[in-house]
Amino acid sequence: MSTKASRSAARLMISPAVVLLLMWMIVPLVMTVYFSFLRYNLLSPGATPWAGWDNYYWFITDPSFNDAIWNTLALVGGILVITVVGGIGFALLLDRPMFGTGIIRIMVIAPFFVMPTVSALVWKNMFFNPVNGIFGNIATSLGLQPIDFFAEIPLLSIIFIVSWMWLPFATLILLTALQSLDQEQLEAAEMDGASWSNRFWYIMLPHLARAITVVILIQTIFLLSVFAEILVTTNGGPGTATTNLTYLIYVSSLLQFDVGMGSAGGVFAIILANIVAIFLMRMIGKNLDA
Amino acid sequence: MGRITLEKVTKSFGEVEVIPPLDLTIEDGEFTVFVGPSGCGKSTLLRLIAGLEDTTSGHIRIDGEDATDLPPAKRGLAMVFQSYALYPHMSVRKNIAFPMKMAKVPEDEQNRRIEQAAKALNLTEYLDRRPGQLSGGQRQRVAIGRAIVREPAAFLFDEPLSNLDAALRVGMRLEISELHKRLATTMIYVTHDQVEAMTMADKIVVLRAGNIEQVGSPLELYKEPRNTFVAGFIGSPKMNLFEGPEAEKLGAHTAGVRPEHIEVGDPASTYWSGTVGVAEHLGSDTFFHIHETGLADTITVRAPGDVDYKHGDRIGLNPRMDMIHKFDQQGLRIQ
Ligand SMILES: Nc1ncnc2c1ncn2[C@@H]1O[C@H](COP(=O)(O)OP(=O)(O)OP(=O)(O)O)[C@@H](O)[C@H]1O
Ligand SMILES: [Mg+2]
Repeated sequence: MSTKASRSAARLMISPAVVLLLMWMIVPLVMTVYFSFLRYNLLSPGATPWAGWDNYYWFITDPSFNDAIWNTLALVGGILVITVVGGIGFALLLDRPMFGTGIIRIMVIAPFFVMPTVSALVWKNMFFNPVNGIFGNIATSLGLQPIDFFAEIPLLSIIFIVSWMWLPFATLILLTALQSLDQEQLEAAEMDGASWSNRFWYIMLPHLARAITVVILIQTIFLLSVFAEILVTTNGGPGTATTNLTYLIYVSSLLQFDVGMGSAGGVFAIILANIVAIFLMRMIGKNLDA
Repeated sequence: MGRITLEKVTKSFGEVEVIPPLDLTIEDGEFTVFVGPSGCGKSTLLRLIAGLEDTTSGHIRIDGEDATDLPPAKRGLAMVFQSYALYPHMSVRKNIAFPMKMAKVPEDEQNRRIEQAAKALNLTEYLDRRPGQLSGGQRQRVAIGRAIVREPAAFLFDEPLSNLDAALRVGMRLEISELHKRLATTMIYVTHDQVEAMTMADKIVVLRAGNIEQVGSPLELYKEPRNTFVAGFIGSPKMNLFEGPEAEKLGAHTAGVRPEHIEVGDPASTYWSGTVGVAEHLGSDTFFHIHETGLADTITVRAPGDVDYKHGDRIGLNPRMDMIHKFDQQGLRIQ
């Protein structure tokens, strides 16, 4: 795509797709914004009078709102840290030649194929349950008090479950990036007297920077809207301990039947996603154009 | 100091023995070239010396000390790779500084050495660029700069010029030779280009399938190749080797004569004769490829540039009898 002709041809070719995508995006967006200004409750059908900024006011002043924002950020941040650090670790392990690499790789990737609801239920019942769960059993057999995960550390438990599901994705992307590293660079660094940790820090990590950026960006998009895992495990509780923005919107629009309020929450979610995106781009975007 | 000794060194990859037992001494300050056809084990041998591969058996000594089990960094050797192996995300300055940073050389000493190396290699203007913004020749110089600043006991080069175009290659060849004269450090240089070997080396090691075929100065190898392999490998264009009655007449199983040791003349009065096939005019010289000589399929002759024969002409050939190489049944030189 270097000549003028090929550039304008390219623009022409992709314009139908762009127009379609824009409509796809704009129609729901406009409707959400519109609904957010109406007093629109399914319990009182009929009139949907103009409500101005009321929905926004009530959504923000709802005590759950603050919690939801912080929970959302903690959820995204915690999972990103665990998956990126863990993903690099797994990638380094899987990159070395060892016995049964093929099977181990498939096993590492497997969690990604399990549906969110299923894996959350498996973790809830088989692992985290204080009476029947494996962790509970281990604690009991050691004579310790079993932890009731969803009651005592609910947010951490959910971070853990979602991290478990996203770790394979991070590992996979980071592993392919690691494998594309020129071996001669590592050998040159070895000759230059770099220890393993120096080689990791000065050669491998910079090489992985772009892949890490991609992992963070893609995961952030999906993690801002974590929902199924919360619904099947804690229902946002205890209290609002695990209510994130997505779950709060669900509560207002589908449990309280307040479409207007839910829409206002949706607009907030869009704004939050954009703030996070700009922040991320600023922080790591320079890796992408290098 | 950089005297490198290999004692009965072998290397196998699984079942395959790539280097059979091999002895070699490289004197301090010597420019040694490993040359041989592709896949003969040159890189493997160099990597054994560097410590990037483990020896299967045998010992490697550097300045008399056993370095067989030392990690690469502890051997005090610097290596320049064929792909340059520069660190792409670091500036040229940081690339050159990297080995010193690893060795915890003080900052101002680092800067002094970088300036010095950059000046010697004409890199001063490029110090703040990334490797991706440099040409092939400049990248090669950065790789050499990174090696120089370590002040190693010996430099190892693995086909450093093979990614460069012909003109640049000649230039870099001179630069490396000059560098060697100036630093007087041991250098081991791997190439499959016998011209590079002849022009740069103090000592050439000719390898075939992991075996050393001959070790000697370029002129020794040119004048007295020990066997037909070396005879055919060293020299450009290649030596004409032939068997059969004509060779037997000269008292050899295989006889060889270099293109530059055959004179052309009137077919009526010369020792051999043939038909001109292709004539390659280089200006200063002309290479004639001659057929139907009764010696071998093609005999190459190097004649002065102004000698003019056309395709299909009969041509007479007069070898310089004192320059004919004779080899026995096993291909070994007959003294
Ligand atoms: N890691 C390895 N595993 C198995 N065999 C190898 C390995 N590295 C090299 N070899 C084999 O060892 C032999 C020598 O390889 P080497 O790279 O030393 O050749 P070379 O002389 O450097 O050739 P070239 O001029 O093409 O670079 C080859 O036959 C190659 O197939
Ligand atoms: Mg090689």
